[in-house]
This record gives sequence, structure tokens and C-alpha cells, in this order.
Amino acid sequence: MIRMILKWGALAALVAMALYLILALYAQREIVFAMLFLVLTASAVFVFVHKKLYAHRYIFPAVAGMGLFVIFPLMYTVGIGFTNYSASNLLSFEQVQENLLDRTYQSDSIRYNYGLYDTGEGYVIYLEGKHQDLVTPPLKLDGSEAEVPVLPASRKPAGEPLSMRDIIQLRSELSGIDLLTEDGRELSMASLRSFAAIRDQFTLHDNGSITNNQTDVTYFPDHETGFYRSADGETLSPGWTVNIGWDNYLKVVSDPSIRGPFFEIFVWTLSFAVATVVFTLALGLLLANLLQWDQIRGKGFYRTMLILPYAVPAFISILVFKGLFNQNFGEINLVLEGLFGIRPDWFSDPALARTMILIVNTWLGYPYMMLLTMGLLQAIPRDLYEASAMDGAGPVNNLFNVTLPLIIKPLMPLLIASFAFNFNNFVLIALLTGGAPDIIGASTPAGTTDLLVSYTYRIAFQDSGQNFGLAAAIATAIFLVVGALSLINLKLSKVKV
Amino acid sequence: MAMVQPRSTKYRVLASHLGMLGFIAIILFPLLMVISISFRSGNFASGSLLPENPSLEHWYLALGIPYTGEDGTITQPPFPVLLWLWNSIKIAVVSAVLILALSTTSAYAFARMRFAGKGFVLKSMLIFQMFPPVLSLVALYALFDKIGNHVSWLGLNTHGAVIVASLGGMALHIWTIKGYFDSIDRSLEEAAIVDGATTWQAFRYILLPLSVPILVVVFILAFIMTIMEYPMASVLLVDTDKLTLAVGAQQYLYEQNYLWGDFAAAAVLSGLPITLIFLYCQKWIVGGLTAGGVKG
Repeated sequence: MIRMILKWGALAALVAMALYLILALYAQREIVFAMLFLVLTASAVFVFVHKKLYAHRYIFPAVAGMGLFVIFPLMYTVGIGFTNYSASNLLSFEQVQENLLDRTYQSDSIRYNYGLYDTGEGYVIYLEGKHQDLVTPPLKLDGSEAEVPVLPASRKPAGEPLSMRDIIQLRSELSGIDLLTEDGRELSMASLRSFAAIRDQFTLHDNGSITNNQTDVTYFPDHETGFYRSADGETLSPGWTVNIGWDNYLKVVSDPSIRGPFFEIFVWTLSFAVATVVFTLALGLLLANLLQWDQIRGKGFYRTMLILPYAVPAFISILVFKGLFNQNFGEINLVLEGLFGIRPDWFSDPALARTMILIVNTWLGYPYMMLLTMGLLQAIPRDLYEASAMDGAGPVNNLFNVTLPLIIKPLMPLLIASFAFNFNNFVLIALLTGGAPDIIGASTPAGTTDLLVSYTYRIAFQDSGQNFGLAAAIATAIFLVVGALSLINLKLSKVKV
Repeated sequence: MAMVQPRSTKYRVLASHLGMLGFIAIILFPLLMVISISFRSGNFASGSLLPENPSLEHWYLALGIPYTGEDGTITQPPFPVLLWLWNSIKIAVVSAVLILALSTTSAYAFARMRFAGKGFVLKSMLIFQMFPPVLSLVALYALFDKIGNHVSWLGLNTHGAVIVASLGGMALHIWTIKGYFDSIDRSLEEAAIVDGATTWQAFRYILLPLSVPILVVVFILAFIMTIMEYPMASVLLVDTDKLTLAVGAQQYLYEQNYLWGDFAAAAVLSGLPITLIFLYCQKWIVGGLTAGGVKG
């Protein structure tokens, strides 16, 4: 009985929390996110209430986690790829409108010079108007007063006004207060010597256009580009996010300052992933073969030593290499200079930077291939090698005629996975070169060592324009590559469920 | 032992030993170098592998203790390394516990129960596991930004967000545990259920105690993967005192502020425990990895 109460109580509490979140998101017009949590909550309740779905209760949290943090972001990213979501078009139309209508300016037409008096009970601001003077009640000016009423007055307070030096000292307190007149106007500090009325910057009309009260220019909302636009083409910032169809994709294909870098990076990404798989596999297979050999002693020692690069956290070893390869203080260049008298520019020459990346990634990746192939080699019957030895085959013959044909089939899915992993090896590039050296003539941040993933990351998060739309479009293209690879993999590995 | 041995075997064995030792020397060079550098004084010192004038300067700073030089100058620690390590461990332990709990229960259902859509869900998990989160960072950023407006401990710049985001990577662990459950005979549980135990009790009191080894492996694997996670933490965390080690460590090597020696000590200090844990558990971890995919 108590268990039942606990169970339903917990469920009810969770649902209540979720509903609060959904309503709050909905109220802020975040429809997509509100829908997401609504679907999530509804399916949770359905699964946990329905008797027949007992088994689904066990998998629900994991599936929901994947849905929320893998599948939803994936779909959302594809969606962003068709919009102009970026630093200049970050908000929704309603938020932009709200933002613009909230703006105010100080009108010059209603401006008061003022004097600040220190009466016994506190400070008094006395405003001198053209027709009517105004005065505040005694103020503390300690930052606690935000809105203060002012009343008509005809006589200045007794004594001398405070000097400019005292006013400068009280400046931040003075600029923090708004003075409210009896007829509903709002005055705030306009300069050290004057207060002026605050007026709304924009007025909204029934047809959706807005007029700037200061300049009398009218702007119409342009839902094609996501900006308020005036008759002579001037736009207001910020803009809002609109659907722009395939424009981001067209830009990648047609804009030469994006197309050039994009294809260079694409080719490098492919060659990097292939080269990494080939190098790590060759090295790993060679070492695995040596470790499998009966004649070698001390296998445990060798194995542990050879595995070390895999055991050190990658973010540390990559940074270690970044320091060792440093052109001026790095130990690798010190050694090279001592031996051959050369100091290669590892970080500013594109070819050398790419070489360095391949060296580092081979160092990082060969132990994994070694471990994989060791497992597979153990499964090859010994007598096959004896038979080939009888026929006089050497190690090279053995490798190409016995070993490789036998292990290639189980190895293939793992090689594809490794290819896909390196195709998207963001951490290596981000920590080692950050994409440097830069590609000349690119309008977005693009480097000769950038992979497609680090390229999208830089477009989205490191460029001042933060062009999320373009980044998402490129990410969508990578999704297609990864999706195709993982489908092939599923076929090849013949997963049984 | 093979019966047929060519005459040249002796030389080939010798050559293999020499080759492997030489290779290991090259492989270990960066690691030994960084240990050596952590004991050199100053951030630009060069020298041999064994430092001539060993100094504990960088180690003091890595441990958060101000260092007083011989000439009386006091150097303050540049970054809160221990705090970063603590952040990393905190995040990794909490998410490893959550991942373990959730993936064990799901793996149980996948291994023992029949239900609609089982094969489909399992296969989709394998496919989606290959999509790197770094590609949907914009969406994840927006997601946590929106949630954070209403649930402050899950917003941007919180550890809660990083922990929750790591739950997206559970498929690999579910597959690992499911594989282990599949290898355990189900007759014991069936007997218990015949005797009146509920499904949950059979799972909790019979299967779980039998599966402790794989649970330990998955816990350690999830722990290490979360500690090493870089892209999501780098976008979600902002403040210096909130960073994880993986995100913070790179700040040592900025062009303008190049602290090579301080980095070396911090790297050894924080990398060593993780390396030792990994070496200790490598046998089980490798089994899990070859079954599921690639180290993240």
C-alpha cells in the first residue's frame, strides 16, 4: 500500500514538474521545446500506467535519454540548417518586436537643467523648466531609490547647489533614478547638468509596421530575410529567425569564399580518416603479430608499454604533443636542431601541420588496432601457419595469404567505425592546432587542418557572426555520411538482436 | 610451439626485440619528457631528460600552493587544477552512476523480455550511437539554454547540464551489459519466478549479484569516457571555476600565456590516476570496446 502511494506520488510530482516546464516554455513561445517535453511526459505517463507495457518501463529512461540528447538535437540541427539562425537573427519575431517596442530614448524637446541641494533631511533635486519648475522630496541617494515622484515648485531650496565635483561623485546614484511627473512623464539623467524625458523609440501600427519616433522613419517587417526594413532598404537590428529554404546549402556550393575552403576541408577530412585507419592498422597489426609470436618473451611487459598511449587520457596527450611540437620552445624541434640543424614550422606550414596531426593520431590510435587484431589473430588456427611454413612461406606471404584474408571480415565493421570516429575527430583538431594555419580568402573561419566537424564548430561558436544556420547545414551533410556508414556497418556486422 | 623452424629464427627474434624496444622508446618519449619538464624550473627551460637542477616549482603550483622562488618572488597558481579535477570527478561519478543504473535496467529488458519494437530500438541505438554529439552542439546548447530559464540547476554553465547530456551516450553500455546478460543462463531466474518472485525481484536478487564484474567495468568505462568528454563540456561550461579538467587544461598553452612547465606538472598530476585505472582494468575494458565500438 505504502509502495503504491510512493509510486503514484513520485509519478505525480514528476508530471507536475514537467507540466510546469511545458507551460513556461509555451508561454515564452518556445513551441518546439514545449512540444518535445509534452511528448516526453505523455509517453512516460503512458508507459508507466499501462499494464501491458511493463517491459517498456525498463527501457524507457534510456530510450528517453537518447531521444532527448541524441535524436532530438539531430533533428533540430537539420531544422536549423534551413533557417538563418545566427548571431544577428537569434530571436523569434515576437521577441524582436517586444525588444524594439521596449526601447526608449531621451527626447531633447523636454529637457530640464537641475541643481542638487543638500538639505538637512537629505538631497533634493530641483529641475528648472521653461514653464514650470519641479522638485523632488528629500532623497538618500544611496542607490535604493528607483522611481521618485516630482512635484511642481516655484522656489529653489535654501542654500547653494552642490558643486560639479559632488555631482560627479553621486553620478551613478543619480543616473539610477527615474523621476515621475504628475502628468505621467518619465525623466532620467541625460547629462551631468540635465534631466530629460524618456519616450518610446518605436510605435507599432495596425499593419505591423513600426515607426521610429526620433527620426520618423517607418519600417516594415520583411519575413523573407527576418529584418524590419525601411523604404530605402535600411534594416533594424536585431533580426529574427526565418526559414530560408536551401539557401545555406546553395551558399556552400555557389559562394566561392565558402565553396573553396569547404572542398579543401572535405578532401583533407577524407584523406585524414583514411590515412589514420591505414597507419594505425598497419602498425597495430605488425605489433600484434610480433606479440603473438611464440618465440618472443616478456609479452606482458611489451603489451603494457605498447598500450600506454591508449591509457593516457587523450586530452592530456594531445596537449603534451602541442607543447612538444612548439616551434620555438618545443623539445622535438630542439632535438631536430641538434641532430640535423632544422626547425620545422609545425603550426604555420599546412603540409607540416597535417603531417604532425597524422603522427599524433597514429600514436594515439595504434594501440586500439593492436588490441583488436590481437584478439582476432588468436582465433586463427596455428596449423595454418605450420602448413604454410612447410611450403616455405615467409612472414610476408603469411600476412597476405593467411592472416589478412582470415581477419578482414570481422575487422571490417570495426575499421568502418574507426573511419567514422576519425572523420569526426573533433577533440584532436580542437586541442592540437585549432584548425591553424588558416585558409586564405575564406569568409568563414577555416583552417587547412580543420576537419568538417571542427569547421562547423568554429562557424557556430568561434566566429563573431555565429552562423548557426550554415553550421547546421554542413552538420546535416556530415549526418548523411555518418548515417550511411553506420547502416553499412550494421549490414556487415550482421547484428543479432 | 610450431614444429617447423627456419634457421634464421634466432636473428629474427633478436631483431624483433630490438625493433620493439626502439619503438617503445619513441612511443614513451613524449610521456617521459613531460614528466621531466614538470621538474624543470621556469616555463621555457630546456635540458636533458634527467633535469640537472630539479625543482618542485610546478608541482607546488599544480597543487594550488603559491611558490616562493630563490630570489623571494612569489608565484601564484595560474589555474585551479585541483578544483577542475574535482569537478571532473564529481561529474564523472554522478553520470557513471546514472548511466549504470539506467543502462542495467534497460539491458535487462532487452536480454530477458519480449516486447514490441525490441529489435528496432536496439538497432536504432547502434546507429545513433555513431553520430557524434559535437555535430548537434548548437541544438544541445539551445536545449539547455531553454531548460535553464526555468530549471536553474540544468541550465548553461551548470554541472547538471553536463551530467544529463552524458546520458545520451548510453547505447554502447546497454549493448555491453546485454551481451553479458545473454551469456548468463536464465534458468535460475525462471525457477525463482516459478517460486513466486516478481520479475523485478528475479532481476534484483538473482541476475544483478551474478553480474557484478560487468557492472564494475561499465561503471569504470562510463567514468573514463565522461572525464575525457571535451566538446559538450567546452560549450556548456563557461566560468573558470566550473570547468572540467578536459576543458581547462588547454588554457595553459595559449600563445599569449604559455605555461609549459606548469602544464606538465598539472598533466602528470591529473593524468596519472586515470592512466593507472585504465591499465588496471584494460583487460575488461578492451573486451567491452571491441564488442561495441571505439573509445570516445
